[in-house]
Amino acid sequence: MGRNEAVCGPGRVQPMLDCPIKKAFVSPMSVSMLRAVLLFPLFCLALLSAPFSARAAMEIQVIGGAANKIAVAMVPFQAAPGQPSPALTQIAGDDLNRSGQFRLVDVGGAQQPVMPAQVDYGVWRGKGADALVIGQVTAQPGGRLEIRFYLLDVLKQTQLAAYSYTITAGQWRATAHQIADLIYAKLTGIPGAFSTRIAYVQKQGRRYELRVADADGQNPRTVMRSNESVISPMFSPDGNQIVYVSFEDRKPVIYVQSLKDGHRRKIAAFKGSNSAPAWTPDGRRLAVVLTRDGASQIYMINADGGGLTRLTRGSNIDTEPVFSPDGQTLYFTSDRGGSPQIYRMAASGGEAKRVTFNGSYNVSPAISPDGRYLAYISRDGGRFSVTLQELASGQTRVLTDTARDESPSFAPNGQAVLYATVQGAQGILGTVSLDGKTHARLSESGVDAREPVWGP
Amino acid sequence: MNKILWPILVALTLSACGTTGGTQATVEDRTGGTAGTASTGQGTETTGVGGSGVAGNAMGDQYAGDPRKNPASPLSKRSVFFDYDSFVVKDEYRPMLEAHAGYLMSKRDAHVILQGNADERGSREYNLALGQKRAEAVRKALAVLGVSDAQMEAISFGEEKPRNEGHDEAAYAENRRTDVVYSDEK
Repeated sequence: MGRNEAVCGPGRVQPMLDCPIKKAFVSPMSVSMLRAVLLFPLFCLALLSAPFSARAAMEIQVIGGAANKIAVAMVPFQAAPGQPSPALTQIAGDDLNRSGQFRLVDVGGAQQPVMPAQVDYGVWRGKGADALVIGQVTAQPGGRLEIRFYLLDVLKQTQLAAYSYTITAGQWRATAHQIADLIYAKLTGIPGAFSTRIAYVQKQGRRYELRVADADGQNPRTVMRSNESVISPMFSPDGNQIVYVSFEDRKPVIYVQSLKDGHRRKIAAFKGSNSAPAWTPDGRRLAVVLTRDGASQIYMINADGGGLTRLTRGSNIDTEPVFSPDGQTLYFTSDRGGSPQIYRMAASGGEAKRVTFNGSYNVSPAISPDGRYLAYISRDGGRFSVTLQELASGQTRVLTDTARDESPSFAPNGQAVLYATVQGAQGILGTVSLDGKTHARLSESGVDAREPVWGP
Repeated sequence: MNKILWPILVALTLSACGTTGGTQATVEDRTGGTAGTASTGQGTETTGVGGSGVAGNAMGDQYAGDPRKNPASPLSKRSVFFDYDSFVVKDEYRPMLEAHAGYLMSKRDAHVILQGNADERGSREYNLALGQKRAEAVRKALAVLGVSDAQMEAISFGEEKPRNEGHDEAAYAENRRTDVVYSDEK
């Protein structure tokens, strides 16, 4: 369970320590018919506002969603005697809500079952619930807590999943995200991405902080601070390192930093500018953009800074490289045709083929984990919007209605795109589902957030 | 771009040879003919400015110490502005770049960073590349004037260090810019 990492302890460069969760399988799972619900076409155009707030640093607002949402009733888990009631069910519920594929059923006034045998399915069917989540928290020796939860199919009156976790008091949030992942996977047939992390740059006054947070924007931890700008962070494929471009040396230089202990090294500080790093899927090398030979061109470099080779050979701009999930293809932005467009080429080099054709400004490519979709920023008039292109057909769809979008990246399960935009005069982060219907905002008041990237 | 830029660079080169005398004469007029002492090669701009046209006050002494800080000298001009979506060094920057080329050639241990910038619209990484293109245009112009590659580094700040933090066309125009920054002045 490499995902369950938490940063403990303050410091300028904060170390990230493994705090694994023990998970025990309680009973076998059964297959859900509910996933069929999701396969219906989604035609709902009405935007339903469902704002709610979270207590931690970021505020989350969800707007819109699929027409055929799975209705889930989440009964607050019965707390251990003398223990503060955790926000477990709220955090997991927020996760499901943000995906746009679920509707949370009001559980007020209903029975509050703890064990499956206590469930009166008729009551929950009457409330319109498709699925029911119940559970309890019990104190264990040594200050540890055991969480047991059950996912039940209300219509078939069967148990879909049952799990127990033994955790420490600091693992509430990670456990809640894991529960949300399990519910999501059981009910949609798609792996959840709630236990993953994002990175972004926060600007407050003249200070820049590179932050790593949970996928819901909560639990942010600063991993690097600077008085100069930081851009283009990207997690290594195993999530243990982060690469970024820092201007602290009065020019753009590429650093790789360990998220375990905070140690970092310069991997590209050549003459000129060093920017736009992108890991290969195996994590051994990175594509980088250097200007040591004049124009901004794409090179390959080992993760330790050795083994530099040049990939593109032109006199125009080639930048923003990103690999396809199989590592065979490189997508990048180039102005070789007169305007910035997205091209692809074999990762070993060779001839480039143009991928985007609509409009005169298409930049910042991101490839979905299944390799089917390209997300990028396209300019239409004066508006810069997140756009999705199905690579096989070339069909495009504008996903956002905001005007200053930047830095799209896919969720590890491919179901949403994280991006930066501007609301008022402030940079904020948002996620949007691939159908463009569910928008969530992750923002913290008073600070600028930008350069987001979704990691493992 | 090259089709447009190269004739300008050639013109810059030719003018560097052809107008050096004129520039020198102007400087000499103001400085009482002291230019010859420090002048080497094309670096005439660096010479007579020591005396300066504001002789007699404390500021004058400062300029005597560093000709690059004399506001009367084109060496004090450090910014090259670019049109929207353009990377062409406009003709109006010829005297300034000639002056810096002359200074750099007269002081082989001097070193400049050419810092390209872009306005805030669009991708940060693409804007970094646009700023680099503007820095590179100035680097090439100075190279054509005879400055050694070892004395120059073209880098970009993209949209990360805007001189004008506004969000209108006037601000954008101010941020489409390359600054000539001497390493010993950082």
